[in-house]
Amino acid sequence: MDMSYMVDVFLELLSGVPLTIQLVATSTAAGMILGLLLAFMRMSSSAAVRLFAQTYIFVFRGTPLLVQIFLIYYGLGQFHHTLQDIGLWWFFREPYWCAILALTLNTTAYTGEIFRGGLQSVPFPMIEAGRAFGMSRFVLFRRIVFPIALRQALPAYSNEIILMIKATSLASIVTMMEITGLAYKLISETFRAVEVFVCAAAIYLVLTFVITRVVQGLEWWLSPHLRRDPKWMMRRDGDRHYAKSQAASSGGL
Amino acid sequence: MRILRGPVGMTAMSNAEAEGSIPSNAAVAVRNLHKRFGALEVLKGISLTAREGDVVSIIGASGSGKSTFLRCINLLEIPSEGRLWVSGEEVHLKPGKDGNLVPAQPRQVEHIRARLGMVFQSFNLWAHLTVLQNVIEGPVHVLKMPRAEAVVRAEVLLQKVGLYEKRHQYPSFLSGGQQQRAGIARALAMDPKVILFDEPTSALDPELVGEVLRVIRTLADEGRTMLLVTHEMSFARDVSSHVVYLHQGLVEEEGPPQQIFGAPISARCRQFVLGSIAA
Repeated sequence: MDMSYMVDVFLELLSGVPLTIQLVATSTAAGMILGLLLAFMRMSSSAAVRLFAQTYIFVFRGTPLLVQIFLIYYGLGQFHHTLQDIGLWWFFREPYWCAILALTLNTTAYTGEIFRGGLQSVPFPMIEAGRAFGMSRFVLFRRIVFPIALRQALPAYSNEIILMIKATSLASIVTMMEITGLAYKLISETFRAVEVFVCAAAIYLVLTFVITRVVQGLEWWLSPHLRRDPKWMMRRDGDRHYAKSQAASSGGL
Repeated sequence: MRILRGPVGMTAMSNAEAEGSIPSNAAVAVRNLHKRFGALEVLKGISLTAREGDVVSIIGASGSGKSTFLRCINLLEIPSEGRLWVSGEEVHLKPGKDGNLVPAQPRQVEHIRARLGMVFQSFNLWAHLTVLQNVIEGPVHVLKMPRAEAVVRAEVLLQKVGLYEKRHQYPSFLSGGQQQRAGIARALAMDPKVILFDEPTSALDPELVGEVLRVIRTLADEGRTMLLVTHEMSFARDVSSHVVYLHQGLVEEEGPPQQIFGAPISARCRQFVLGSIAA
């Protein structure tokens, strides 16, 4: 492998990173809000609303993202007269918005299920305590249910963000020049597939590594109640000291 | 003065008579309260008055409806029938779709609950908050008290229950007794008119029961109004001003602790009390 060529390729591919990040950030941000909404709909007391949410999740989880992108970009293109009439053609004409839409709709389905799992795992006694203290439904959700659900959902949600980073590579199919799109272009010019794809993979690896770390940090920061006192963790005989301190402090009033 | 009631039949009658009028100093008044879960009737018409400063213990076998009764008072369970007053204010209930009652004004339910402290059998502390944060949560986010003021008050309360040193710990790092004392401090922080205790020591190891009972006794000595569902008979005898014995969803016998534990009228009550104390 030609190292200096690799460096050139690497720098070239880096120019695709902002677009990749844009695609991920926009669609996960929108997917987070819509996913929360979907989770509520999935738990709604109305059977019709529940059925809608279930069908949505069934369809978007059960079909490939690539097919979804094709359907939105090429499929809706067939109806461009209608879309022009209702004033939406500017949106569906652009591969950028089509990619964002497909990614958002797709991640919403997964995020909705992750959030539902988180919300349903909130221990009922803590909700009941909130009620007993006169919390309104909104305060209860904001102060008790959501913070606990978020902590529960975070590990699974970080997976979803990583999957989204990798999923943006499919946007190259609809002419988006993000990392994979650029890589594909370089290969068609040079036919040096190994160097180019190794560089592309390395960039994705760095991106997912950073995201993993950030979410891990967030998780750690949000969950002091699941950690032991760091003072004890620093000591080699931490466990024994911890047990002793517990025994000593549980005795008296 | 309260009327001493004989077994079942009389209770229903005196309920009917008492309905609609409550003493002016009643902190909690319940008239003819029923609670049904489907076809199962757990409470079959209970009346009770707790005046300010009263410590009312509710005793009875498992399944007698003690906890359900307590949970009806702060509307964690909505009564199926009957009337309820908390510090003189009647809780507005209206018939719902399925024939059971529902709150007429959800906001009133929140106000009523904020005035009643609740201490749970299994503590129910909020795991993601420290002890101090647990204690200030209600005052800050329900009573809208300034945070700094809530912290000062919380620290005094934690001092009182002996948890000041542990205030920055999370509940999962505390023993059961400490968690329950934190639960009591959390209830006190709302400055409640009445504190409801739902078997506060039943989930504790025997050696941790004493520290929690000591705190509750202090509160009784301060003249706080409390309703206490408990299996600790000797404790109930010592701290209560009034004891209610429930049997299968009805008040079988009630009266001062000397009567209930010394010379109960009902044979069932006598048997229960003797059995519990022997155990």
